[in-house]
Amino acid sequence: MTAPRTLFDKLWDAHVITSSGDKDLLWVDRHFVHEGSHHAFGKIAQRGLPVAEPGLTFGVADHYVPTRHRDRPIPDADIARMVRTLSENTARHGITLFGLDDPRQGIVHVVGPEEGLTLPGTLVLCGDSHTSTHGAFGALGFGIGATEVAHVLATQTVWQARPAPMRIRVEGTLGPGVGAKDVALAWISRLGADGARGHAVEYAGSVVRGFSMEARLTLCNLSIEGGARMGMVAPDETTFAYLRGRPYAPGGDAWDAAVVAWSALPGDADAAFARETVLDGAEIAPIVTWGTSPEDALPITATLPDPARETDPARAARIKAALDYMGLSAGRPLDGTPVDRVFIGSCTNARIEDLRAAAAVLAGRKARVPGLVSPGSSLVKAQAEQEGLDTVFREAGLDWVASGCSMCVGMNGDLLAPGERCASTTNRNFRGRQGPGARTHLVSPVMAAAAAVTGTLTDARPLLQGRGT
Amino acid sequence: MSGWTTHEGLAVGLPLEGVDTDQLIPARFMSTPRAQGYGGFLLHDIRRDAGGALRGDFPLNDSRADGASILVARRNFGGGSSREAAAYALLDAGYRAVVAPSFGDIFQGNAVNNGLLPARVTEAEAEALLAALAAGPVAGAVDIGRGTLRVGEVSVPFTLAPGAAEKLVNGWDDIDLTRHHQDRIGAFRDALKRDRPWLWPGASAWRAGA
Repeated sequence: MTAPRTLFDKLWDAHVITSSGDKDLLWVDRHFVHEGSHHAFGKIAQRGLPVAEPGLTFGVADHYVPTRHRDRPIPDADIARMVRTLSENTARHGITLFGLDDPRQGIVHVVGPEEGLTLPGTLVLCGDSHTSTHGAFGALGFGIGATEVAHVLATQTVWQARPAPMRIRVEGTLGPGVGAKDVALAWISRLGADGARGHAVEYAGSVVRGFSMEARLTLCNLSIEGGARMGMVAPDETTFAYLRGRPYAPGGDAWDAAVVAWSALPGDADAAFARETVLDGAEIAPIVTWGTSPEDALPITATLPDPARETDPARAARIKAALDYMGLSAGRPLDGTPVDRVFIGSCTNARIEDLRAAAAVLAGRKARVPGLVSPGSSLVKAQAEQEGLDTVFREAGLDWVASGCSMCVGMNGDLLAPGERCASTTNRNFRGRQGPGARTHLVSPVMAAAAAVTGTLTDARPLLQGRGT
Repeated sequence: MSGWTTHEGLAVGLPLEGVDTDQLIPARFMSTPRAQGYGGFLLHDIRRDAGGALRGDFPLNDSRADGASILVARRNFGGGSSREAAAYALLDAGYRAVVAPSFGDIFQGNAVNNGLLPARVTEAEAEALLAALAAGPVAGAVDIGRGTLRVGEVSVPFTLAPGAAEKLVNGWDDIDLTRHHQDRIGAFRDALKRDRPWLWPGASAWRAGA
């Protein structure tokens, strides 16, 4: 009899081709490339190597794509070149591209699941740290650098040291207005931005089991912000129901065979984890980041930290530097902090449920500050328009734009001005992430919508009274 | 990539924690071809004031730090984005080694793949090294074979991620290494395609209504 194994153990073991020293050579089932993959295509071109498995490689234009005036040529020459180079590289190697003009275009971590490309049991790679998102299906998904992207292109394999399995259980139930974003920021603030470094996180517990695929994707997406290169949820009926009938998902008899294989993936009951953390869902409130790391996160009901109360001088200095950068005063309440802008978008929080939740707060109300709503994919955009959500955002005074990474990473020119403060549904509040001198507060979609309505960071829950999300 | 075992050079302290890859190279520089060099983008925004002038109080702007090749920082160096450009910026600016109590996992791999040493030390050792650098850059040395490094008069051991030491020392290129395993990869692929043809999207005869 074999030793009990976790979901992670089963996924990892199934992909090991061979081992050398401390590393395993793993087979890659899905490889996504984007405009930023030009370094890697350049590396294989230098060696004159072909792409080993073009049928398992998919291109997505997202990082640099404009979110406005899609019908016109891209005005910025550098950005136009990045988008064009992806088209050229994918065409040269016979890789399917979800390009700028494709109705399925969107952010890679939204498109992969939406198209049924991300499946339980698969190993999914992309030159993007938020590839952890795909673990929501009970897959191994992680981000890699350009040298590794070139290696995957050339060999369809990757060398990796095996991380240790870690479990984060979220038990009980979440209160109204509290969601996956809040759960993620809650554990990251508790364990730190490098708290799960070297570990593969499995999310479990009644709250996670009750989550939709969209919520699981948000949760797994943010794993890297706690230092975990990968995060995952065991596949179940919710997973299978989401996948059934998706364009690239197995169909017919293959579907039944796949479900049999996928049903064996959840971890054995007595499998051991190297670490475990348990959160009580009932204790999690809507969370806002106040500083320049995702670990700098507090409930909206809290007051800002005070460096004068810190005993550790290095920590006090870091808090002071973060507050200075953010233009905030120690000890003041977070609620009521004025914002200049809101952004609803990104691979973290721009799926249809996220847009519905934000629209529930905004319906019939006006935004006091300008804001941008960029759906996670062009198909999410079309669905939202069918449901009339675009009208809600527009009537509130927010800009409804096309899909891409947009203001989460700012590569396409969607940026904040220096000193501007933004309530943002994105994943990184790093200094300058949304533009030099920009001040980012990470929040959930309902919290971003509440910030739009009040012009301040504020608790979304009163604004949700009597409205479903 | 050529391998290396020992290095002697100037060490500089960057007493900050959480220097993420967005700090190491802001996103807007990443459409630049590598051939143009990424050294000028290193820590571009945090070493400047709001007006764009170099800050006098930023350690790397000290003229005595010119030519520095060993960087010592605090915990969680290189977290965040997977951009390998963060390693390029350090290398193109002349750095061979970064020393910190912890690194972002993806950055650490990218660094090793480019011959940049991500040396892990304890929090206390990092503080001792930073103390030795408090008055300005001093001579340092790194020995991957022995797993030790020295900054001024302070010598400490360091650790590396699994497999990193042999890769750095030999200057191995993974693509060449992996091609030695081509038979095994082919056999793995063939078995997978036989047992689970539906893993090849669109290529499977099983697909309904495609």
